[in-house]
Amino acid sequence: MQRNLCRSIALTAMATLGSVLSAQAQKNLILATTTSTQDTGLLDVLIPLFEQQTGYFVKTIAVGSGQAMAMGQKGEADVLLVHSPDAEKQFMIDGFGTTRLLVMHNDFVVVGPPADPAGIKTLKSTSAAFQKIAASGSLFMSRGDNSGTHAKEKTLWKLAAIAQDGQAWYQQTGLGMGQTLNIAAEKKAYTLADRGTYLAMKKTLGMAILNEGDRSLQNVYHVIEVNAAKFPKVNAEGAKAFAAFILAKETQESIGKFGIEKFGAPLFFPDAGKPE
Amino acid sequence: MGLIWEGIKEALRLLFTLDPEVLKITLLSLKVSVLATLVSLFLGIGAGLLIALNRFPGKHLIISLVNTGMGLPPVVVGLFVTIMLWRNGPLGFFEILYTPTAIVIAQAIIATPIIAGISVAALQQLPPNLRLQILSLGATRRQLVWLLVQEARLPLLAAVMAGFGGVISEVGASIMVGGNIKGYSRVLTTATVMETSKGNFDVAIALSLILLLLAFSVNAVLTYLQQRKRPR
Repeated sequence: MQRNLCRSIALTAMATLGSVLSAQAQKNLILATTTSTQDTGLLDVLIPLFEQQTGYFVKTIAVGSGQAMAMGQKGEADVLLVHSPDAEKQFMIDGFGTTRLLVMHNDFVVVGPPADPAGIKTLKSTSAAFQKIAASGSLFMSRGDNSGTHAKEKTLWKLAAIAQDGQAWYQQTGLGMGQTLNIAAEKKAYTLADRGTYLAMKKTLGMAILNEGDRSLQNVYHVIEVNAAKFPKVNAEGAKAFAAFILAKETQESIGKFGIEKFGAPLFFPDAGKPE
Repeated sequence: MGLIWEGIKEALRLLFTLDPEVLKITLLSLKVSVLATLVSLFLGIGAGLLIALNRFPGKHLIISLVNTGMGLPPVVVGLFVTIMLWRNGPLGFFEILYTPTAIVIAQAIIATPIIAGISVAALQQLPPNLRLQILSLGATRRQLVWLLVQEARLPLLAAVMAGFGGVISEVGASIMVGGNIKGYSRVLTTATVMETSKGNFDVAIALSLILLLLAFSVNAVLTYLQQRKRPR
């Protein structure tokens, strides 16, 4: 009896191990991307379409843009969907990518407690808003994770001529956009967020958009194919197929429509083929 | 408080409607952690037997190392397994990073020292004369090991439960080596982290409750095996 039990356990174990192992025989494509594309749910719509059309199996690794590019620099990703333009340009100059194409945009927003303790609501310029947050010593939560949003935030502090690092009112979470928004909401702090993630999470946060529309708040996403000449294991064909897919007319239409039904407004604006 | 109530309702809804995605995530969690525990069971008890039944120089050092390994942080394991399994890394040719297999490997590394450590203690705690007695009755080495394992069955099953508890609940390694890929390597813990970061707290609570239920069910079975009357 006991021996039979042992044997059946062993057999099931081997069978499951076999099924786990065989699942990898498909054509794999590693997509390294930012957390905003996953946290908004956009990829949940796009990836199944791509898999259906091409037969690739996409392994989406949603990290910050910084980490996504670091994966690309090691040849550990095939294609990147990121939003950190300055770092992306450097990535291309260093020869880690073959093509880099504009996919879509939305914008960043400065969010904070609706009571707005720093009094930035009436200010048009984001620089002025950042200066006022600093001057009033209101808590500001930074991503602090080298993501595209973090890079943008650092640029904004520079534009405002504020040395934010090490200040008591400036704290870093080191986490993704969703988690950072949760923390900022809980601590009644200000933070910089991409509009997509903010809209997707708005109902649980109880925060308000306090500064928006400034030109410096633009948020653009590019697709980058990782250079297979540098890393022979990179799936260049798959990367090309993904770039072609995400820039295709139908996909761009679904990007433009995404979120309208659920959030009342689109989260991303398609940009394929437009000049930078 | 209202949120927890919402979570409980959501958990019941997901359970009773047999939500296909949640079902898949739950089954994968179970499959991965059970497999990892089985692997660690063989490695851990094997190592435990080797250490406990043999006398060799440096034995105390080895036991200290195993005991330290019982507290191996999952993220550290996750980081090293990721680096080893990178396709341009030393074990890259297996091409198993971001697969459930990678999670099984990482979890087995986490659970093996836990099971080995408790096994050593369990076997060392048996009366020393028992071994001599069994041997004097003419038992082969294999029979001796089998009898000792049976004798230490209670603490050894506790070791298995500790190992399983360690892996079903860990998230650091699973998210790093598995990648939390939808419908493929997403397990209950990584899904909970993701839903929390998305602000879907009700779903996150629901997944946590399902995880607790799963851990309880597995432990209930193991406890039944442990506590039932021993055949004489």
